[in-house]
Amino acid sequence: MSTPTATSRAVPEAHRLDGLLAPARPPRRAGALAASATFGWRAMLKIKHEPSQLTDVIAIPVVFTVLFTYIFGGAIGGTPGHYLKTLLPGTLVMGITACTMYGGARLAQDVTTGVFDRFRALPVWRGALVLGGLLGDAGRYLLAAAIVVILGVIIGYRPDGGAPGVIAAVALVIAFGLSLSWLWAAVALLVRAPATVMSLGLAVLLPPTFASNIFVQPRTMPGWLQAFVNVNPISHVADAARDLMNNTGGTGGPVTWSLIATAAITLVFAPLTLHLYSKQG
Amino acid sequence: MSENGVTGDGPAIEARGLVKVYGETRALDGIDLTVRRGQVFGFLGPNGAGKTTTIRILATLARPDGGTARVLGFDVVSERNAIRARVAVTGQFASLDDDLTGYENLIVFGRLRGLSRAASRRRADELLAAFDLTGAASRPVGGYSGGMRRRLDIGASLIVTPDLLFLDEPTTGMDPRSRSQVWELVRQIAAAGTTVLLTTQYLEEADQLAEQIAVIDHGRIVAEGTSAQLKARVGSGTLHVRLLDGEQRPRARAVLAGTLEGPVRLGADPLTLSVLLATPADPADTGRLVGHAMTRLSDARVAVAEVTLGQPSLHEAFLALTGHPASPAVTDHEDANS
Repeated sequence: MSTPTATSRAVPEAHRLDGLLAPARPPRRAGALAASATFGWRAMLKIKHEPSQLTDVIAIPVVFTVLFTYIFGGAIGGTPGHYLKTLLPGTLVMGITACTMYGGARLAQDVTTGVFDRFRALPVWRGALVLGGLLGDAGRYLLAAAIVVILGVIIGYRPDGGAPGVIAAVALVIAFGLSLSWLWAAVALLVRAPATVMSLGLAVLLPPTFASNIFVQPRTMPGWLQAFVNVNPISHVADAARDLMNNTGGTGGPVTWSLIATAAITLVFAPLTLHLYSKQG
Repeated sequence: MSENGVTGDGPAIEARGLVKVYGETRALDGIDLTVRRGQVFGFLGPNGAGKTTTIRILATLARPDGGTARVLGFDVVSERNAIRARVAVTGQFASLDDDLTGYENLIVFGRLRGLSRAASRRRADELLAAFDLTGAASRPVGGYSGGMRRRLDIGASLIVTPDLLFLDEPTTGMDPRSRSQVWELVRQIAAAGTTVLLTTQYLEEADQLAEQIAVIDHGRIVAEGTSAQLKARVGSGTLHVRLLDGEQRPRARAVLAGTLEGPVRLGADPLTLSVLLATPADPADTGRLVGHAMTRLSDARVAVAEVTLGQPSLHEAFLALTGHPASPAVTDHEDANS
């Protein structure tokens, strides 16, 4: 088994690996951060190569903001301008939560194509793939947030909280969105089918988005629904975004509740995702 | 043999009594395996025999339900990271990222293997050139042909030269030209000192590449040895008969079945048929038995164009060892007349 005999043989159309397989000293294991950053870069590349996947990210906040402002705005809030104060922070929450399952769907796709196993067979930290995916998610959420805010300003929304308030609200909502990213990553590793993750995402996210205070205050709803709306974390996050953007903070109760909900969802689903990831089939 | 800095002298793979159960199915039912360092080891079996499950366990992707295995001296359950750092897996379906370009795919694997940005770029360029993919480097992999995908796939496994490479059915579904290209790559990788465990459903592939072959069926190893040893285990040889006139084949078949022990099989070519000869008590009798059969064919006025007596093919060996053909893909029109 000596190198010369095998590689000097004349082979038509051969791909010559001469020198390429030289004894390479194995490099040091990639660090957790470097590996996560690599997966994050990969997630960004996927968006760059397939920009059509951003359609929903752009369409949902635009459609709901414009639709509700002009169709229901007068009826619900008196005037569209007045209603925007309540609605816009709400559509910010909706625009982000509605695309939280995309990261999970992408992870499930990696599982079905086999590239997931290939990553898993590498000597890298087990959380890197999901965390890198979260970086891609964060980019998507930031885009959705920018669209909502810019659109809002164009149609007449003026945040009393100023830039700091808007930035704080966006950061809070993205953090909440990332906690849901962990949830969908866990779901993806359980169901292992991208289409199932997407349809589960719609089925699970749509009802609580409407059964919240994003569009209307729950005063006119039946009691059982009011009870749900009042415990629905999406309502709390929407209230927190309103407080921060409109500078109506007061005691900051909704912000606190939102942070608690974000932490709780993350603390349940991040460890579960890591467990499912490294579980050997 | 240890050009890649392989440490230790033990076998590359040593598995004892591997068991894997999925629900009611025993996917692996006690697999023993020893693969020498530097060897190309062929794992031959039909779909669902347990080849991929074995690779998944050895590559630390699945946990055995019973038995033990050491890969490059490390335990597959307790020393997973040591194995992962030295082993590369090329899965059954080229597992690449379709959305990314070929170049980007290699960079991702380079970075994950711990190479610096500059080293990843250099290595990606070298590999793309060696695999004749430079022109396609900036195109998304989703648009690659099957052969290009497989080449990139193998390239991704060589980002850092592994001590052990798992190739799970590297040429399944490939055209003959791409297949021979992959075979040549495997030979070069092995020549550079990397141990290769290759699974295949193609007997020819195992015959061409593997120094040692294990035949797996229903989660058990039913035979192991060199290609010549496996063929020898099956019988004294195969008699191939080629007729002048295909119309006479049924008659020829009846005559051969009446004179020789062993199943008569009809070839895909309507002029051919073959007999897998049972080993007679005295091997020297084989010639006389065949001669007798030829005489009887002449008596029956069957015109014979060509007669050869050869070792059984691995296909025939597989059939004899497992009682069924290797896979639909390699089955010719057989008719085990036994």
